[in-house]
Amino acid sequence: MTRADERVGLMEGPSALPRKNGELLFEAPWEGRAFGVAVALSDEHLYHWEEFRARLIDEINRADASNASATYYERWLAALEALLTARGVITRAELDGRAAAYLSGERED
Amino acid sequence: MSEDHGHSDSHHHPEPLSPAEARARAIESLLVEKGLITTDAIDALVQMYEQDIGPLKGARVVARAWVDADFKGRLLADGANAIAEVGIESSGNQLVVVENTPTVHNLVVCTLCSCYPWAVLGLPPTWYKSFAYRSRAVLEPRAVLRDFGLDLDDSVDVRVWDSSAEVRYLVLPERPPGSEGLTEVELAGLVTRDAMIGVARVAALARAER
Repeated sequence: MTRADERVGLMEGPSALPRKNGELLFEAPWEGRAFGVAVALSDEHLYHWEEFRARLIDEINRADASNASATYYERWLAALEALLTARGVITRAELDGRAAAYLSGERED
Repeated sequence: MSEDHGHSDSHHHPEPLSPAEARARAIESLLVEKGLITTDAIDALVQMYEQDIGPLKGARVVARAWVDADFKGRLLADGANAIAEVGIESSGNQLVVVENTPTVHNLVVCTLCSCYPWAVLGLPPTWYKSFAYRSRAVLEPRAVLRDFGLDLDDSVDVRVWDSSAEVRYLVLPERPPGSEGLTEVELAGLVTRDAMIGVARVAALARAER
């Protein structure tokens, strides 16, 4: 395991990670998972971190422009979805189907 | 919600998922199935970032030293041992804690590369690794400090500590005037990363921006 990546930890401006007293702040466990997945895929060279960050800034700007109440990690998740579907890593249909299965309780693990 | 002991295939879930949580789980489970990530790797990565990224550990050490003179004595005598008392592992390096006083100001640099007290300060700031900082901190520390907005009187003795693979340095900043009534936890909230590198003072009220 490598150590924390500065390009992730030290993002500035609107994409800066939410922190409390200098440390990472996750409001719910899924936010931590979404954070970890995006960073892990960059570590695995599925994309460059800057590509993810550009998507994140897009989503932040989009949500701000429409006065959406989406939280930072909801925007993060939208950026991850956009990047993965654009790359064909997962399809929108796969994602929608799997998310629906979790929402309905059909799938739990 | 009923208990489901012995019914491992039950579809009961204690709480319905939020849409965002369902999508986060969907993405993770699909990527795991495709062999692109593992759940364990994500666990380890999140934990590492939570632990490594913030200067809060160092701030807790400083605040303890401000309120507990005996601890401060032990900290200055043997940094690695003292931080172990507050549950921080020193990552194997020697940790030397240097104290700022009204007449002495300490500044930490790593002229060769970017040695940094990870265990207490987490990620180093980008400028810490810059050639400009590494070269100028030793040659003209007062000018460097002025660039950070810290104008020291000529009577203050500036000491520069060059980190190495074996020895890491942490600055124990001066406790700010006006902080007498604060608790240890509140004091820790005042201590910035920059103050523990020695390029800033600790301000009593607002946390200084970088």
